[in-house]
Amino acid sequence: MSRASLTLCLTMVLGGAALLALLNLVVPAGSALHVPTYTVSLFGKYLSYAMLAVAVDLVWGFAGILSLGHAAFFALGGYAMGMYLMRQIGTRGVYGNAILPDFMVFLNWKSLPWYWQGFDHPAFAIVMVLVVPGLLALVFGWLAFRSRVTGVYLSIITQALTYALLLAFFRNDMGFGGNNGLTDFKDMFGIPLHADATRDGLLVATAIFLALELLIARYVVTSRFGKVLIAVRDAESRTRFLGYRPEAYKLFVFVLSAVMAGVGGALYVPQVGIINPSEFSPANSIEAVIWVAVGGRGTLVGAVLGAVLVNLGKTFFTGALPELWLFALGAVFIMVTLVLPGGLLGLARRRAPRAVPAAPAPEPAE
Amino acid sequence: MTDRATLLYLDGVTVSFDGFRALNALSLILEHGEMRAVIGPNGAGKTTMMDVITGKTRPDAGQVVFGADTDLTRLDEPDIAALGIGRKFQKPTVFEPHTVWDNLLLALAGDRRPRFTLWARQSAAERDRIEAILATIRLADHRDRRAGDLSHGQKQWLEIGMLLAQEPQLLLVDEPVAGMTDAETEQTAELLREINRTRSVVVVEHDMAFVRALGVKVTVLHEGSVLSEGSIDHVSADPRVVEVYLGR
Repeated sequence: MSRASLTLCLTMVLGGAALLALLNLVVPAGSALHVPTYTVSLFGKYLSYAMLAVAVDLVWGFAGILSLGHAAFFALGGYAMGMYLMRQIGTRGVYGNAILPDFMVFLNWKSLPWYWQGFDHPAFAIVMVLVVPGLLALVFGWLAFRSRVTGVYLSIITQALTYALLLAFFRNDMGFGGNNGLTDFKDMFGIPLHADATRDGLLVATAIFLALELLIARYVVTSRFGKVLIAVRDAESRTRFLGYRPEAYKLFVFVLSAVMAGVGGALYVPQVGIINPSEFSPANSIEAVIWVAVGGRGTLVGAVLGAVLVNLGKTFFTGALPELWLFALGAVFIMVTLVLPGGLLGLARRRAPRAVPAAPAPEPAE
Repeated sequence: MTDRATLLYLDGVTVSFDGFRALNALSLILEHGEMRAVIGPNGAGKTTMMDVITGKTRPDAGQVVFGADTDLTRLDEPDIAALGIGRKFQKPTVFEPHTVWDNLLLALAGDRRPRFTLWARQSAAERDRIEAILATIRLADHRDRRAGDLSHGQKQWLEIGMLLAQEPQLLLVDEPVAGMTDAETEQTAELLREINRTRSVVVVEHDMAFVRALGVKVTVLHEGSVLSEGSIDHVSADPRVVEVYLGR
């Protein structure tokens, strides 16, 4: 990833978001230049997906950890934000209970479970957005990397992780709204969520967080830490004989990536207005991997490009030809694998020398 | 049992893989500053011996002692690397997407923890070290090339350079001249002798001409234990060695 492509990407993300928000807010509804609020939130959703994609690229492209369960961290961040938004509803719910969310009243619960305590405070909820995905990644990664679980085995257990969470969150007894999840949000930080200005603000905020994520990821992969990470990706056992502990490097980047995915999820939920267990479905995590593959693995910028382009395609297909979407997605993935192994950014790769070497030539284990 | 002159002491080391004895009561003593050549036919246990010393394989029985009293069988690869034992693999294993310079930078002795490498800046001392190693391994003109683009022989030297950067007390070098041209082989022998001025070296090699050129004590392995030991002329004349190895 060259400095130029990063700058271009940051400019497009931040400038594009600001432009859309402005055209929505300032230009009157009748004008041809007016951007409907629906479009603003749609792009907000794409950019939160892009945050997930960058998180996936950080572990897959630079550490060789093919996580097929990364959407779990995204969904956990989303649930933490959703719990805060639920508590903000207060007496405006269907049952008018000031403390209990509607689904708890419906289930005849008498008091708020302990793990819902504190989520009425925005600061607490924000901390949880970071801590919950990070902690899960820490425990999971510590067990997996310490036992030297790599390659396809690691991919399978990440898939199992998200599937287990899917099943758990489906249960009403878990206290997260079961099948329906959390929805019917009213306010965020005391501001009405459905106001145009809030939607515009959320889009711009997502763009800013995505930009921050890109800058942090870029710092990590170009640092000496990042060079070790790439060495681990390509020749893990060799790094051990040099005295490095690959598990420590993988664990750090895995946790960082999970936290980034969680922030993406937290920004996603207020913009789509709902979080439910389907966000944990394994297909979501696999789709995120496809975004990265389409844009170009190990480029960070490509992850953003892939996430936005594939989701634009998804929006079009699911509107026009819904039954064909999965075929189209499968075809895109096969085409990218066969024709464009470097993704879209791989097309430009030969022209410019890159600051971060990304030549994922798998090295047979010693 | 280990006196001060002993750097590495293997006693009765046995390793079995599914009933196959890769090492069978192997004993070997290496002194400080010594260079030793280890030869033997395929399957004699040369690579397994390296695996045991570097912590990749744990022996079923026997002692592996480094320096005065460090028991290597209790440590893992990064610990042993930190103690000062470096290893060069048979197949050159360099970090292909990185430049020659960055390969050496990652190998330089220093703090290996993520919390250090995340913030580390290249120091002047590190640059000087890398420059010196580049000169030693004759790759100064190739510093900015991707390691993956180097020739086979250059990769072997880069890996030797990475070993030097680790500043080990003991270097284990597995078949350094396999696939090299005669000129490269000669330069490699010279390079190893130069390294041996300050460090102990164990060289595993098939190439008899190369072992002769090194002019050091030779240990012949066969079926996981030592068959013969001494100067190259001594072991070449040993009838058992002739039978299992040289005579074929």
